[in-house]
Amino acid sequence: MSTATQFCTFRLDHLTFGVGVDEVQEVIRAQQMTPVPRAPGVVEGLINLRGQIVTALDLRRRLELDPRPDGAEPMMVIVRAAQGELSLLVDEIGDVVEVDEEAFERAPQTLEGVGRELIVGAYKLEGRLLLVLDTARTVELVT
Amino acid sequence: MSELDEVVGEFLVESYENLDRYDEELIALERVPGDLEILDSIFRTIHTIKGTCGFFGFSTLESVTHVAETLLDRLRTGELAVTEEIASALLTTGDTVRRLLEAIEATGEESDDDCAALVAELERLDTTGEPAGAPSAAGVSGGDPGEATAAPAQAGAPSDTSDSEDAASGADAPAGAPSPGGLAETTVRVDVGLLDDLMNLVGELVLARNQIVQLVAEDPDGEFAGASQRLNLITTELQEGVMKTRMQPIGHVWNKLPRVVRDLAVTCDKQVDLAMEGRDTELDKSLIEAIKDPLTHLVRNAVDHGIEPRAERRAAGKPDVGRLTLRAFHEGGQVNIEISDDGGGIDLSTIREKAVAKGIAGADEVARMGEREVANLVFAPGFSTASQVTNVSGRGVGMDVVRTNIERIGGTVDVSSELGAGTTFKIKIPLTLAIVPALVVGVDAERYAIPQLSLVELVRLEGDAAREGIELVHGAPVHRLRGQLLPIVHLGRELGRVEGVCERDVLNIVVLHADGERFGLVVDEIHDTQEIVVKPLGSHLREATLFAGATIMGDGRVALILDVLGVAERAQVVSESRERSARSHDDEPSVGGDARRSLLLVAVGEDRRAAVALSEVARLEEFEPSAIEWAGSHEVVQYRGDILPLVRLSEALGVATTSTANDTVEVVVHRHGDRQVGLVVSEILDVVDDHLSLDGTACRPGLLGSAVIDGHVTDVVDVDTVVATAGLPPPSHPEVAA
Repeated sequence: MSTATQFCTFRLDHLTFGVGVDEVQEVIRAQQMTPVPRAPGVVEGLINLRGQIVTALDLRRRLELDPRPDGAEPMMVIVRAAQGELSLLVDEIGDVVEVDEEAFERAPQTLEGVGRELIVGAYKLEGRLLLVLDTARTVELVT
Repeated sequence: MSELDEVVGEFLVESYENLDRYDEELIALERVPGDLEILDSIFRTIHTIKGTCGFFGFSTLESVTHVAETLLDRLRTGELAVTEEIASALLTTGDTVRRLLEAIEATGEESDDDCAALVAELERLDTTGEPAGAPSAAGVSGGDPGEATAAPAQAGAPSDTSDSEDAASGADAPAGAPSPGGLAETTVRVDVGLLDDLMNLVGELVLARNQIVQLVAEDPDGEFAGASQRLNLITTELQEGVMKTRMQPIGHVWNKLPRVVRDLAVTCDKQVDLAMEGRDTELDKSLIEAIKDPLTHLVRNAVDHGIEPRAERRAAGKPDVGRLTLRAFHEGGQVNIEISDDGGGIDLSTIREKAVAKGIAGADEVARMGEREVANLVFAPGFSTASQVTNVSGRGVGMDVVRTNIERIGGTVDVSSELGAGTTFKIKIPLTLAIVPALVVGVDAERYAIPQLSLVELVRLEGDAAREGIELVHGAPVHRLRGQLLPIVHLGRELGRVEGVCERDVLNIVVLHADGERFGLVVDEIHDTQEIVVKPLGSHLREATLFAGATIMGDGRVALILDVLGVAERAQVVSESRERSARSHDDEPSVGGDARRSLLLVAVGEDRRAAVALSEVARLEEFEPSAIEWAGSHEVVQYRGDILPLVRLSEALGVATTSTANDTVEVVVHRHGDRQVGLVVSEILDVVDDHLSLDGTACRPGLLGSAVIDGHVTDVVDVDTVVATAGLPPPSHPEVAA
């Protein structure tokens, strides 16, 4: 998490997020998904990742952002979590960035709701903020 | 793992295996006390363990096995005869040794388990035991006294530390223990984990094969077709081969049962002879594990409750020794296991009373059930017929757990019983769980797999039949399948994907069974059947009880596997149907006033319409006119092993009939208490929900009044009065009739 110096970045809505590269297995284009009726809302569906069945979670919904506009093709970040591999749906994939520890600041106290729970802090990059996600919490089952 | 650990590990594995055999052999020995071959084998087991543990320095274990060995040696030489007491002590020895070994496995060291009492007991038996030739104790069937040698020779147990000769002979014992000769050379010990991995890989291969077969199907003439054909065949063979490596004979579970039966029989003071047929029947290792507990429970149950006490058996003219038979065989791609006893059987009337007393089913409903259904109530949660709670069973937990455990692995359990003659439990389980045949259905552009084990039949209705195929009972959709009402579940609605029910030109109903109930699942499309590889769902979907897992289809997409029991529970077919019928009995139909209720519309005579409250209807049946017989002055038919008196509704209502030669006789079966009556009508028309506003002017006995339903004047029948005035003979009892 915050100790990693290399982050895989992606965009959600107008925000830039990052998860440690060591947690990311791969990044792929959106696969055909099989919806799971009566599943928690965050679960977008199931994908076939080389013969393995992986649950896809919609990060927009998890972070309580607006729904993705119709027709926008999401990308998938496959992360290795305690529960096994999981696919996170994001809007767009950014670069892998190397950050300076000194540019890190903890999440402000004013952060509210789900953001306060899931965002560890931010790296102040040039012209934008890189928000660092607590992956373990993000993929935890929301009940 | 150090080298020593490895040696200890091997010692443990080997000892466990030997101990499993040890129990079995001791029981066999009780039956044939003089069998030297068995005695030798038992002696070897103990001797081997003793020798090896001396080598490792496990002193407690050594002391126990040492005295046991001494005792066994004297049995072997014929100085002592096997008595029940000795057999019990030796069985306890086996348990203690196993416990000590388990402690060693867990901690690497011996536990400080105190075995002094057991050692003392064994020593006492060794010195005071009856000499061979003395009559064998009760409980041992058939005494064949060994060669009689009077008076024990060397008395007093040897001390357990100074016996250097024994320790020395023990050290080289393991070499002699493994089965000698060819068998060892043709078998290899393989880690189960490796087999699991292999099975997973084969699963992947099956999926890849399915994909390729599907691709080839699009271009059947290509060069690829031949190769794909071969791949197909080889994959199937490989799958079978790998599945075989995981197969184990059911005897592995049964091995423990003679001991269970023996101990329990002694506790209950009964004599039970256990016969086992088909112990070579093989099934997947994971299933062997899963059925161990349910099977043991059923066997204990049979000994405890099934087989009667000796006095009762004598009174019934049966031999003292009860008979318990286990049978296993393959049939229809499934493993069948039967557990039957020749005991008292299940008293259905007791079951009925208990079920009502415990609130498991309503009195009305119980009365309506068939014999098989009643017997299967023993699997209902909270049900126990033992009037006395013993430490063996009768706590009301167990039978429902048995069924749950068996259904969890996709199996079914069923009980049939004949009063006074015995009870048989039939278990059916799949051969394996990893790859199962499934029916693929479609709902709203998605595909779902239904394991074929739950499948009963497929019904397809077209045109008018489809539009009218589903009727409502009290708001619950049903389909009339061969005269019986089948609860209907719309899969699309349960999945939350379709709102409401739209009329269709084609109606596909998949008839399934779950938890002893049948129901029809309406789906949009029925694709085909195929072998699917079951994959678990991730932790995010643990709550998704509608699905048992997922699989990958030939086109690479994921399809969900329906959990039939989960669907049934969600749709409340399983438990709710019971409550529903119980409830409808509570607010006893007083068809009067202005209440909205469901009515069965029937035609009486040629053009009269009548309505019967649906809550009064148990079933709808059709009979051949030739099936009608006469009992006294009444028409009757044989129905489910019972005699069903018939009342012609037209006569009861005073409606003129011309003798119409119908192909079939339509009968509305009404049940009240333990009495069933069939109302003969000319035609079953419809089921409607209606506000009844009765017009009382048309009142005559047997009618509650008339109402306008569907634009027709309809007589509303007072079933109770019709039945009461028909002057029927007293209700026949199923026992007598059957």
